[in-house]
Amino acid sequence: MASFPPSTSRISCHDHKKTRRRYRSKRKPVNFFFYLASAVAIVSTLMVITRSNAVHALLYLVVSFLAIAVIFFVLGAPFIAALEVIIYAGAIMVLFVFVVMMLNPGRPTARRNRGMILRVWTGPSFLALILFVEFLIVLSGRSHALASRPVTPKDVGLSLFGPYLLGVELAAMLLLSGIVGALHLGQRKKSSAHRFFENGGPS
Amino acid sequence: MTSVSAESALVVAGILFVLGLVGVMVRRNILFVLMSLEIMLNAAGLAFVVGGARWMRPDGQVIFIFILAVAAAEVSVGLALFLRFFHHFRTLNSDEASALKG
Repeated sequence: MASFPPSTSRISCHDHKKTRRRYRSKRKPVNFFFYLASAVAIVSTLMVITRSNAVHALLYLVVSFLAIAVIFFVLGAPFIAALEVIIYAGAIMVLFVFVVMMLNPGRPTARRNRGMILRVWTGPSFLALILFVEFLIVLSGRSHALASRPVTPKDVGLSLFGPYLLGVELAAMLLLSGIVGALHLGQRKKSSAHRFFENGGPS
Repeated sequence: MTSVSAESALVVAGILFVLGLVGVMVRRNILFVLMSLEIMLNAAGLAFVVGGARWMRPDGQVIFIFILAVAAAEVSVGLALFLRFFHHFRTLNSDEASALKG
């Protein structure tokens, strides 16, 4: 099994020794954190594809994204972990929730009783609590990392706006086309208030 | 031999991708199909980030940002299509739209 190398040639010899010592001591906990976050991600994804209610599935999907964000943080990609929480679990999931609220495809609310509500929110909140505790422990121990040195946002930015600049502009055009497409698909046919106003109204 | 092996992280990404694929194939509700597509895109991004962490290069994270942009565009257009579908067929079952017309 190939592992992440303990250090790169870019850091000095002193750092090399220090990181190697730190890794030897922190090895088991980091492994454990990775596997715990992976288990939470897989369990919540399983719950997503087996739910019947859309909002419950969305709750588990948010937990799944948070678990993957913790995996990113443990893997040494803190910038991507923040983006995962902000954009995936924040923006895209809010879009889903808005659409579900507009359509209301769920069952009527009269059937709910207190016990069912209790059972619904305990699952995702328990998984999220596991993730939160794990994240706090990882943060307090400062044991980032599987990779001996996390890839910082500065590296990502320099690479993004250096050799990948063309990709950034293509992504901008893709997002613009997404906006235009959503606008075109989302507009409904205008219904006139009276047939007098049809065919351009009075002329 | 320091830490989590790249293989185990890639296995996690593969499991998540297969779960998303099963969701796309099994569920007939269009909303669940869109959610499963999100899971698959996320698993692909996880594989890219694992590769980037394995060689300690920022390229994997850059590709993940591109995947994020693609997912955002896909979700906006997909949800607009979903709304049109629901207003037209008055159902969420994707089998209703299996016949083409015109």
